[in-house]
Formats: sequence, structure tokens, C-alpha cells
Amino acid sequence: MNGTPFPRIGLWVRESALYRSIVRHGAADTNRNRSLVIFENLFLHMHPVKVREKTLKFTHTYWLGAVTISAMFVLIATGILLMFYYHPSVPQAYRDMKELKFVVDNGVFYRNLHRWGAHLMVLGALLHMVRVFYHRAYRPPRQFNWVVGVVLLLVTLLLSYTGYLLPWDQLAFWGVSVGTNMAKEAPILGPPIRFLLLGGNIVSENALLRFYVLHCVLLPVALLGFLGVHIWRVRKDGGVQGPPEPPADPEVEP
Amino acid sequence: MSTPMPPLDLLESNDPVAMPKRVALVRPDARATLRRTEERWVMTFPNLILREAIVFQIVVIALSLAALLFNAPLEGIANPLETPNPSKAPWYFLGLQELLHYFPPVVAGVVFPGLVVVALVVIPYAKVNLSARPLWSGDKQQTRLWSGSAIVLLSVLFAVFNCWPIVIPTLLVGAAMFSVSGDGQGGHFRQFLQKVTLPEWIMTWFILVATVLTLIGTFFRGPGWSLVWPWNMYPHA
Repeated sequence: MNGTPFPRIGLWVRESALYRSIVRHGAADTNRNRSLVIFENLFLHMHPVKVREKTLKFTHTYWLGAVTISAMFVLIATGILLMFYYHPSVPQAYRDMKELKFVVDNGVFYRNLHRWGAHLMVLGALLHMVRVFYHRAYRPPRQFNWVVGVVLLLVTLLLSYTGYLLPWDQLAFWGVSVGTNMAKEAPILGPPIRFLLLGGNIVSENALLRFYVLHCVLLPVALLGFLGVHIWRVRKDGGVQGPPEPPADPEVEP
Repeated sequence: MSTPMPPLDLLESNDPVAMPKRVALVRPDARATLRRTEERWVMTFPNLILREAIVFQIVVIALSLAALLFNAPLEGIANPLETPNPSKAPWYFLGLQELLHYFPPVVAGVVFPGLVVVALVVIPYAKVNLSARPLWSGDKQQTRLWSGSAIVLLSVLFAVFNCWPIVIPTLLVGAAMFSVSGDGQGGHFRQFLQKVTLPEWIMTWFILVATVLTLIGTFFRGPGWSLVWPWNMYPHA
């Protein structure tokens, strides 16, 4: 702690009984303690204690997965704030948008953050998938993690799509009407699935409530579950894979 | 495999000089190769964790700037009796909505997206995707035949439906594919194209088609799904 401006306070906190009861290891100044930082922490232990140095290079992953997850954290934080002011009912949902814009402190800022964050998350997930494809990182042993990734992409699209209806303006109503009219065309399963999703035959107050529950409860829980599997499996499958390397022997097929 | 392996005699001895223990078996039809070189490892904390924190901070800052500069769209309250013309889905579905212009709804809304999802899921399980062999590394005559017929077939199929936003990218990718079908040497770009595998050609074609359809649907479609210039668009895309 010598380099920090408040060495004594830092040391005092770090050595207090309360801090040591939460974080059992000392400062991360030895490789042993740096290992403990990772595997004594529920969230960080999804990572291995050591990683290959080359995987930290920018061109290895372009950090696209990290960008997507970062957007997700922004969306969770701003989404919870927006939920405090939102009623999933007609016409109060639309009035709440106006409240956010004209009455609530920073309401328009949080709504903007949520909107642009959603676009970034969809875009980031798409680019991440393209990156993984061109690096051929879906090959064994990572086959199943690619499938989990496809599921995550679909859940992300559904999250974005269900959120699209919530402002209950013309854009939302007709955007969702266009999409759900397409679902109607699926043979046999299309109409009943559409009825289940909308709680009726048209986009109405029932649809708004169902989309709200899907958007705020069911889909986020599904996303976090699959995301946990996705990241954990990156570790289990030997870490992130970047550009495929040519084999040592040119006669061996890579 | 040229010749069958000679039968192995197992002999026991404790004298390492007279009878060395075998630690690796090199088959007569293969050469011993070193696949992997020594790799450097670093501690996850702080090397990876700090970089992740920096990525998160960059995303938060970039999104905050975007949120300060651009407002999320908000139109009038939803009115089921007043259909805006055009009514558009969110941008990531506009490629599909553009297809709706050329194909019956069951094809554009169900068959195509279904095929895309199935194709994505089976990628790692199809053998063709596991090899890094360039497209033109095998029997060139045969490759020309089947890849040429695939391109012609796809182009004709989509041309029948007047779906030029798919026909033109298909022909472009096909032209790029066939431009390196010969043996000629060339610059870096040509050498790069010569290394492209079949799955990479297909994915590039798919991304190009999806991008073109999405851009047309977003910026070039006005009332009645007619073609308009983006600067004549009302309401703005």
C-alpha cells in the first residue's frame, strides 16, 4: 500500500477484523494472493487463476464479449431505475414516458442510456458471434458453447424486442404488430404461440403486461443463467480462442 | 497408410541401457511433430480483471455520451386505428421485413429465420466447418463445377422472386470466389482470398446479404414500402 495517498487508512481497513472476515486474503502483492483474489470470489472464479498472455492482445477477441456484457450491466442498472417509474398499463405506460422526459430528474438520460445500451448489446453480440466464427473458435471442444451463444443471441433479441413495446408509442405498437403478424404465419404453432404471447389476438393492454413480465423477469433470468454457463464453459474449454494458428508441421491438417 | 505396422515384441528388462523404455511411439506412416510451443501465462488478477474493468468503463463513457447527445425516439401514444406508413420493426428485424416484400409471409417470417437459426446451431457439428483447408485446395475442376452451380442456382432462385438485394451480393461473392480459382500468383489480397475456406465464403455471403437487406429496409423504404432516398424519408429512419 506504499504507493497510495492514504497508506495508513488502507492498511487499517485491510487489517480490520471486519474486512478480513469478508476478504480472507491479504493485499494482492504475491502470486498466491493474486490467485486467492480469483478463487475466493464467487463472481471472479468463473475465470481461471492464470490466463495465456497472448489472449490479452486486442486482436485476439477485440473484447467484443466484454463489450456485450458491459452493455448488459448498464441495461440492468438503468432498467431497474426505469422500473421505479413505469406502470405496464394503458395509457399510464405512455404517460410515464412523458414523466421521465419532463418530470423525473435525469429520467430522459436513463431512458436514453437504456435505449442505446440495448442497441449496443445486440450489435456487440452479433459482432462477437462473427468474430468467433472467423476465428473458427466453435471447433471442438467449444461446439456446445457456440450453441449456448446462439441461445444467448436469441434471448438478447427477444429482450430487445419485448422492451421495444414498453413505451407504448406508435413506434412501439406498430413495430411489435409487424413482428407478431409474421409469427402468425408459422404453420400450426404460429397462431397459438402468438395468442399466448399477446394474451389476445391483437397487441393490447394484455400484450403490454406480458411483454413487461417477459422483459423484466423471465428473459433476464434466462439470460443470466445461460450467460453463467457460457462464461464458465469458456474456462472449462481452455480459455478464449483467438485467431487459429498454423500448425508446426505444414503437412498436418489444422 | 502404406505398410501395416510390424508386430511389436514386448521384452522385459531392468537395464535401461540394454533395454530403453519406450516413451513415445512413432508410427511408420507418420512423422513425429511438435504441435504446441511453450506459452507464457500471466496472473488473471490484475492482468485480465483490470482490462475488463477498463472495457466496462469505456462502454459506460461511450453510452453516457450517446445518451447526452441523442434522445431515444418517442412518438405519439399508440393508436390501433391509425397505421403509420410505413410501419417498421426494430432495425435488427428490418432485413426480414425487407424479405417480406419479395416472399410470402410464411417464407420471409418463418422459413428463412428458422433456417438461419438451424444453420447457426449446426455449424460446429458439420464436418465441413472443422477443416481449415482453403476452398480451392482440392480438385479444382470439381470445385468449379459444384460451387458454380450453387451460385447460379441461388441467383436464379432469388431472381425468380425479383429479390435483387440477394442476387447481386450472391454474384459479387461468387465473382470474388472464382477470381482466385486459377493458379496465378498475386498480391497480398489475392493470397488472402486464396486461403478462404468454404464456410468462410458462405458466412461472408450471409453477412453481406443480411447487411444489404437491413440497410435497404432501414434507410431506403418509405410509404407503401416503396424505394426512397434516405434524405426524402418521412418520418426519418
